[in-house]
Amino acid sequence: MLTFPATSAARAQRPAIAAAADLQFALQEIAARFQEETGLEVRLSFGSSGNFTHQIAQGAPFELFLSADENYIFHLAQKGLTADQGALYAIGRIVLFAPHGSPLRVDESLQDLRAAITDGRIKRFAIANPEHAPYGRAAQAALEHETLWKPLSPFLVFGENASQATQFAAAGTSQGGIIPLSLSKAPQISRLGSFALIPADWHAGEPLRQRMVLMKTAGDTARKFYHYLQQPTARDIFVRFGFLLADEDNH
Amino acid sequence: MDWTAINLSGKLALVTLLFLMPPAIFTARWLAMTSLRGKHWIEGLLALPLVLPPTVVGYYLLVAMGGNAFLGGWFEAVTGSTLAFSFTGLVVASVIFNIPFAVQPVQRAFEAISPEIHEAAKCCGLTFWQAFFRIDLPLAWPGILSACVMTFAHTLGEFGVVLMVGGNIPGETKTVAISIYDRVQSFDFGSAGAMSLLLLVISLATIGVSYGLVARLMKRRHSP
Repeated sequence: MLTFPATSAARAQRPAIAAAADLQFALQEIAARFQEETGLEVRLSFGSSGNFTHQIAQGAPFELFLSADENYIFHLAQKGLTADQGALYAIGRIVLFAPHGSPLRVDESLQDLRAAITDGRIKRFAIANPEHAPYGRAAQAALEHETLWKPLSPFLVFGENASQATQFAAAGTSQGGIIPLSLSKAPQISRLGSFALIPADWHAGEPLRQRMVLMKTAGDTARKFYHYLQQPTARDIFVRFGFLLADEDNH
Repeated sequence: MDWTAINLSGKLALVTLLFLMPPAIFTARWLAMTSLRGKHWIEGLLALPLVLPPTVVGYYLLVAMGGNAFLGGWFEAVTGSTLAFSFTGLVVASVIFNIPFAVQPVQRAFEAISPEIHEAAKCCGLTFWQAFFRIDLPLAWPGILSACVMTFAHTLGEFGVVLMVGGNIPGETKTVAISIYDRVQSFDFGSAGAMSLLLLVISLATIGVSYGLVARLMKRRHSP
């Protein structure tokens, strides 16, 4: 059968949705529940919020975009591509993660990380790429806050997005990394190591205010999913993955 | 196993063959026969995708396919959708980065046909087209088949270009290679492993078939 993929009419039935990589597990669960309850299906693509912003600005056919940094949403809104200013759906947090067998001990004060840099226990340390991944920028801000950025720099490996950074941090290819709380809480990853929550005020300049927005081109299914994401079922799943819920008037 | 992605890759490979092979065969025939002075520059140009990094090809395609560019703008005006991040865009990209894989084996096959055969054909009063269909094509078929399998396999495996111009949309631009990358990022090593094995087997089979065909050609060349 040689047919071109779905025409735009058929595509609207299964809208393409772009989501920040830290939503990998939470959003898949929400989409599955959405499908159970409504019979409607969405197609999820995960990646870095910055890359998606570029692609959407260049005309990528996503109908809904869930960013890890609200500034990307405002940028697209300014370009006139979005239906409105969107809605804040979660506040993200970062953790210090070390895989089992790593010489690095995780603590909330990053004391052992500091010691491990000086005594040579750290060979590789993973974060998401700060250039286009909000979780990478939050990691950098927290490290700078603790004057660990410069000493740690020679050992840094960059994931293309928060998921890949988590991959590097958890797979035992590094001694650890700074990754999203929402990913470290997923069973696939929590069994690979241990983590400690990093204080939110250490990255106050990168608060990980996660905002989503419908594009002007959004169809009916995408709109329904957007509303579903703001209902109790979805919000409970976000909470279970460690997201703080943002309360703001979305008028 | 991401069957949607496997299906999409297969479709992309077939559509690529459909659009690329006819012009590739004629180009190869012309290159094999011509004694034009700047011929090696044209051959070099057609071989460029072999040596250019996929990201460079991807970058130029992205620039060409943007809404403001000539190609992208024209496509948007005609169809109402963007060329980048669409299946059609992948076909354009795939045709371009497969040119050397489609042209070179066919060109070698045409070059292997001895000039005496063409002279004999002329003496018998065959026109160019009659000679082409009754003599050239039947003699060059191993090269053509080899080009087809190479192009097919290469399309299944292309990663860098697709990552840059595709946008990773399930059922639209998410090919097998991209799906493997995606599965690894979501810690699903089972699927990643199964799809990797599939591509490994297909690649090995391709190389085997292709080498076998080339051996056939060489044997014919050296037999009286």
